[in-house]
Amino acid sequence: MSLIDSISFPRSFRLPRVDGLIQWIVPLAIIAIWQVASVTGFVPTRVLPAPSDVALAGWKLLLSGELVRNIWVSFWRASIGFLIGGSVGFAFGLANGLSQLSAKLTDTTLQMVRNVPHLALIPLVILWFGIDESAKLFLVALGVFFPIYLNTLHGIRTVDPQLIEMGRIYGMTDSELFRRVIFPGALPSIFVGIRFALGIMWLTLIVAETIAASSGLGYMAMQAREFMLIDVVVLSILIYALLGKLADSASRVLERATLSWHPAFQKR
Amino acid sequence: MQTALRTSLPETELASRANFAPHARVVREERPAQTIGLPLSISGLRKSFGDNEVLRGIDLHIPAGQFVAIVGKSGCGKSTLLRLIAGLDKIDSGSISFGDEVRTEDIRVMFQEPRLLPWARVLSNVEVGLGRDRASKDAHARAEKALTEVGLADKRDQWPSVLSGGQKQRVALGRALVSRPRVLAFDEPLGALDALTRISMQRLLERVWRDQGFTAILVTHDVAEAVALADRVLVIDEGRIAHDVVVNTARPRERGSAELAALEGSILSHLLSADDRT
Ligand SMILES: Nc1ncnc2c1ncn2[C@@H]1O[C@H](COP(=O)(O)OP(=O)(O)O)[C@@H](O)[C@H]1O
Ligand SMILES: [Mg+2]
Repeated sequence: MSLIDSISFPRSFRLPRVDGLIQWIVPLAIIAIWQVASVTGFVPTRVLPAPSDVALAGWKLLLSGELVRNIWVSFWRASIGFLIGGSVGFAFGLANGLSQLSAKLTDTTLQMVRNVPHLALIPLVILWFGIDESAKLFLVALGVFFPIYLNTLHGIRTVDPQLIEMGRIYGMTDSELFRRVIFPGALPSIFVGIRFALGIMWLTLIVAETIAASSGLGYMAMQAREFMLIDVVVLSILIYALLGKLADSASRVLERATLSWHPAFQKR
Repeated sequence: MQTALRTSLPETELASRANFAPHARVVREERPAQTIGLPLSISGLRKSFGDNEVLRGIDLHIPAGQFVAIVGKSGCGKSTLLRLIAGLDKIDSGSISFGDEVRTEDIRVMFQEPRLLPWARVLSNVEVGLGRDRASKDAHARAEKALTEVGLADKRDQWPSVLSGGQKQRVALGRALVSRPRVLAFDEPLGALDALTRISMQRLLERVWRDQGFTAILVTHDVAEAVALADRVLVIDEGRIAHDVVVNTARPRERGSAELAALEGSILSHLLSADDRT
């Protein structure tokens, strides 16, 4: 995903209402076809339960409180893991973008660690932490770290040097230069990192929860599989998709609020 | 013709001219007596980048408040000279001195690119020019005044991205002016503008220079622009000042007048002859 793709997309948010509805036609049609296919027996419910069955399963779990509890646990893990990994990644990105010494000291090491797929560490992480909370948090934080680190670093390094020179000519101190020139200049790239990281955050959590957990959405899906409750399995998958979409939308709103100066976000 | 045209002045003559500056005095009498401009003396200035000897001994005196244009073929070192004057690069040898103690706010530069902060509104961009006074109480008022001077008061709350090229350059001019600089250096500030915008910007430059009395040093590749605006045109060739041409035509100048055209022609022929040698 290039920077241009990600920043030019929100234009569609500005489109008139009718166009806003258009994007829902295809998903709704798919659900309708799916329902018809299930009811007529074209797709056996052992393979894929009807949307109405999935909704019913969701309703039951909601009433029992199990659904809310599991969503909350997953949400909490995702947020804390994201905060930890994101802050550390951001801090390293800043340090290595602003200081040659820091970059020389740590960048090579970090680039090497980056080449280890973090999910490959699951067996090791289970040995270290058991199936404790810290295992999931560690994996999410590790997964989130790199996109934020790399994009913060890239953002800072690619701030227009002419603007930096301008800031210096006009007597900005280092902290002013950072606040008024470098950080705002790096922000579009930082947001690209955040959006990448959100995707990785959910992916990591799903895998970690299905393999080693005693609560959460992934655990709920694995339990349901053991009892052949395919409607709950499908429900879990759909909720994951929904949460992912929510996180992405939240980051877009934040992006639009902070990058309103950017031509891609302006009303035309 | 009032125009004095000098070619390849020997150094001694340059030095005596520096103390004397009769032409500049004539020009300055047309302007308000209290000039805030600083005089500028450059002697034996050299600058190389690796093996590339760009400036090979520049000797120059600019009296306070003079409007000097610098022309020369591309790559002859005009920008380099300007950056040295503005203190943006290190001098190899020689010296540049202003007649007075200078603060950083006294010397401002305008580039071909406006270099506005895209994430700051027009008014905040102008406030950047206040330097250390940015935090002062009257910062807003001063920025607004500078914005009015460049005719963009109504754009104060816009993002730079919605402005035209000429408007962006005017914001950059407002930012350069807001600290009341005593020397203003321009590096082809109008180079990227269309012909009509250029002419209105030239008028604006001349007006603010006359109003404020700073010493102006304008690098341009447009000889017509140089003779229309400047008191004096310097031609740089082979790292030295090859010609020092005084433009005595009274202001306001009539663009395209025979007098300016003749001067432009003679400067162009200098530039072309320099080009033939290479
Ligand atoms: N920072 C630099 N590093 C190396 N060479 C440079 C640098 N700045 C300018 N030069 C060289 O110095 C010469 C003069 O450049 P410049 O002053 O920009 O010319 P111009 O008269 O077109 O403004 C050119 O040959 C250019 O390549
Ligand atoms: Mg140049």
